Amino acid sequence: MRKVLLPSMIIIAASLLVLRLFYLQVINDSFKLKSDNNAIKIQYDYPERGYIYDRNGKLLVANQPSYDIMVIPRDIKNLDTLEFCQLLAISKEDFLEKIAKAKVYSPRLPSVFLAQLNKSEFAAFQEKIRKFEGFYFQKRSLRDYQVNFGANIFGFITQVSENLIAKNPYYNSGDLIGKQGVEESYEEVLRGIKGVKYIQKDKYNREIGSFKEGKYDTIAVQGEDINLTIDMELQKYGEELMINKRGGIVAIEPKTGEILALVTAPNYDPAILVGRQRSKNYTMLYRDSIANPLFDRGLLAQYPPGSPFKILTGLVGLQENVIDTHSTFMCNHGFAYAPGRFQRCHCGGGSRDLNVGIYKSCNAYFSNVYLRTIGKYKSTPYAVDVWSNHVKSFGLGQFMGYDLPTGKKGKIPNSKTYKRIYPGWGYSGKTIISNAIGQGEVLLTPIQLANMMSAVANEGYYYTPHIIKKIEGEKIDKKFTTKHVTTIDKSHFKPMIQGLFDVYNFGTAAGLRVEGIDICGKTGTAENFAKINGKRTQLEDHSIFVAFAPKDNPKIAIAILVENGGFGSVIAGPIASLMIEKYLKGKITRTDLEKRTLERSLQDQYAKLGGLSEVVKKEMRKKDSILKSKIVVPKVKIDTTKKP
Amino acid sequence: MKNQSLTNNIDWICIAIYIVLVILGWLNIYSSSLSSMEGTAEKQFIFIILTIPLIFIILYADGKFYEKYASIIYGIALLLLLGLFPLGKTIAGQRCWYGIGSFTIQPSEFAKAATALALAKYLSDSQINLKDVNRQIQALAIVFLPVMLILPQPDPGSALIYSIFFIVLFREGLPAWYLLTGFCSILLFVLTLILEPQYVILLALLVIVIIYFKSRLGDRNIVFSSILFVLISGFVLSVNYVFTHVFKQHHRDRFNILLGKSVDMKGIGYNTNQSEIAVGSGGWIGKGFLEGTQTKGGFVPEQHTDYIFTTVGEEWGFIGSLIVVGLFVGLFLRIIYLAERQKTKFSRVYGYCVAAILFTHFFVNIAMVLGVFPTIGVPLPFFSYGGSGLWGFTILLFIFIKMDANKVNEW
Repeated sequence: MRKVLLPSMIIIAASLLVLRLFYLQVINDSFKLKSDNNAIKIQYDYPERGYIYDRNGKLLVANQPSYDIMVIPRDIKNLDTLEFCQLLAISKEDFLEKIAKAKVYSPRLPSVFLAQLNKSEFAAFQEKIRKFEGFYFQKRSLRDYQVNFGANIFGFITQVSENLIAKNPYYNSGDLIGKQGVEESYEEVLRGIKGVKYIQKDKYNREIGSFKEGKYDTIAVQGEDINLTIDMELQKYGEELMINKRGGIVAIEPKTGEILALVTAPNYDPAILVGRQRSKNYTMLYRDSIANPLFDRGLLAQYPPGSPFKILTGLVGLQENVIDTHSTFMCNHGFAYAPGRFQRCHCGGGSRDLNVGIYKSCNAYFSNVYLRTIGKYKSTPYAVDVWSNHVKSFGLGQFMGYDLPTGKKGKIPNSKTYKRIYPGWGYSGKTIISNAIGQGEVLLTPIQLANMMSAVANEGYYYTPHIIKKIEGEKIDKKFTTKHVTTIDKSHFKPMIQGLFDVYNFGTAAGLRVEGIDICGKTGTAENFAKINGKRTQLEDHSIFVAFAPKDNPKIAIAILVENGGFGSVIAGPIASLMIEKYLKGKITRTDLEKRTLERSLQDQYAKLGGLSEVVKKEMRKKDSILKSKIVVPKVKIDTTKKP
Repeated sequence: MKNQSLTNNIDWICIAIYIVLVILGWLNIYSSSLSSMEGTAEKQFIFIILTIPLIFIILYADGKFYEKYASIIYGIALLLLLGLFPLGKTIAGQRCWYGIGSFTIQPSEFAKAATALALAKYLSDSQINLKDVNRQIQALAIVFLPVMLILPQPDPGSALIYSIFFIVLFREGLPAWYLLTGFCSILLFVLTLILEPQYVILLALLVIVIIYFKSRLGDRNIVFSSILFVLISGFVLSVNYVFTHVFKQHHRDRFNILLGKSVDMKGIGYNTNQSEIAVGSGGWIGKGFLEGTQTKGGFVPEQHTDYIFTTVGEEWGFIGSLIVVGLFVGLFLRIIYLAERQKTKFSRVYGYCVAAILFTHFFVNIAMVLGVFPTIGVPLPFFSYGGSGLWGFTILLFIFIKMDANKVNEW
């Protein structure tokens, strides 16, 4: 017994040590990180962000140098706070707050103290930076916008959020990232890959050489330049036309699906979201919940499309063989589709065939077509699904898959929708007749409208709309060169296109013809309501216009929506014809129309909806309006619920 | 007996493990010296080379030399320790060294071997029976004399090592209650630091009462139990008093770190924290020789001496640490095995002492590095930088190897 004590002690003690070793080295993995924090400093080399060009190679977005002041709180020593603050033009409170924030992040890891100083702001500080222990600078590049439009297309650059840092290991605190627009969707292309250098430190935090002879170091990869499909001139012109209006314009090249212009109004100068004023300006834009300048109406605004949807009603009718081009329906200034139910029509009345129905935009004609389509099959739900699938083959009622980060599905109802709305079987074509004329349950975004026009212009196919034209050395995504064919036979498009052409000859857009260009188009009007002073009030209709041109060999398809712009031919129509003329001819001959359209302001309409909160207004008054359109202070206190 | 080869009958297993440990030790010192301690690896290399003649001298000496002169060696060791008080050199507050030119010698490293010899010599007398209280006192005196001289240097680490002689004495017949008392004291000490003293006393009372009523009627002794309780209470209260009033703040801190009570990672907790980081970051297979970031950055203080095991942990990982621990354990068990086979009581006791002393260093050192033992200056045998240590351990081990080789000549 006495002999075994020491050997047992040895074995037990050694086992305890091994267990402890196993815990420290194998089970608990926090020491690896602590060890790296201790001994390894990571230095990043940020590559310059790729430039952005338009479809014709015109430079839109370049870079300018900027400087981040970095701080390692633990290393701050003998700081002359007063001089420091003066050089950086910050207050002492600011200084203390920023240091406290950096300390919370980590006392010994670098964090951004002051971001995005421009060259002149940085110059004075640079000379003295050696004096301020614990501070150093990191050169970054900021966006340098060559144009003052297209903010919604470009998006902006911001510091990466803590959330994303946790999710994506590429980013570190203080890194910049593209948000919204192409900066977001082509972030990885534009940003390149930052270089990493691992440096071995000693206990005094001195650098004592590269870690493992630079085995893990990587060299920065430059960001790639991209060409957008945007036509700079057209985009600029579109934004000018939309000044003092709210709405969106989407122009697409039908043959390729390339987005030629993507306008949203109100808009802002992209340059205000660069540099130290960025977050202040962004907050202001963000808080403007009525004009909503950050809301890309071309992509996000869902409206009942109104009359342009009649194009699809007609095409589906032809495809389903319930009408031919000679079928006529009587319009009695409207259509009594059920006892006591009368749908009004402004087309003038009379016998209508497809051609007249289109260019006069006859509600009665298309309602009849729709009833026949739905009535073709015994089962209404089945018929609704047939109709729904035809419509959806134009890219509607779904995310289109374009290369911009925001979007809305829109809405194309099917039998499931109506099963929900009318449980049981209690509905027929008459119940849902509003769909015929683009109201009821149908919702589209401007880009979907434009895409629909593309497909019509192409006589039955479209390419997914996209904004990327070229990425240096890379082919663009295959999905943008894949043809989507609609379910409508090619032959049915001819009469429809003729009808759309006649809209300019005898119809609702007869006054908007452009010399030498055959345009096909369709007006539209969407009713909308708002609650003003507690009462549901009908506001001026949204003005809608869709078009493509030239009739033969179309080069541009376009959709225009102007909020509260009234009848389609009043504002949206002129804008469409001006845009088309600008794009196809390069200059405008109808200067009167141009002047009128440019000067047209809907601000008094919008004032009814209410404006900015008092806080924002106050900030707005201090500096010039950051919105391009004038902000109108509302006269009455209004709370709004916009209902399409 | 004549013309006997020097290497006849010597235990090659011990020697092989010794050589491997010394080489591994030097590699780790080399690695840790690259950061800032320039010249330490070269110096240690010289120390290692100098062990070769030392080993030959030890092996060449007459087999009976150590037994014959044990008392004299012990006396010289005591004199050397005593001589430190007037002549010693103070380094970092400790007066443990003789300075000879640029070299320093630490006599306490040699005193361990001397004490082991003296104890073995004393116990080898066939008349000695450790059941006899007088004998117990004499044996303990041999052990505690050097402790008395080492403690005030102050070198609590070296002094702590001597407590292992209790195990040796137990092997040779010291009554078990010595160990039991020692064990209970340590237990009570730790419990008192963790819990409040009144709870520990309550707990002790509970245990005593249970034992009292569980034991057979005839064995119940109310007087003994009461005295025991009073003694325990007194001990607990005095531990509390000593800890809060006699201990210096840095002593308290060392315990508090262990008990997780104080976590000032930049001040007192720095050593332990950094050594845990270094070892813990090694993972399964370590960062590789000369690739330890903590080692290179010099984050672990005293890394080449008391914290040399952090280099093993960081650069060689769990596998490497396991091998080192395994080598040590193998050496200890081999020595114990050989000691039990000795024909004379003298060499058996001495062998036992060698295993026990080496083991204590090994355990206290690595446990401290791994953060499960209070910070205390105890070197890791054959690994830690330092000539005195290396030579002390070499002498300790090789005297036994010589005895073992000589055992065929005994009768």
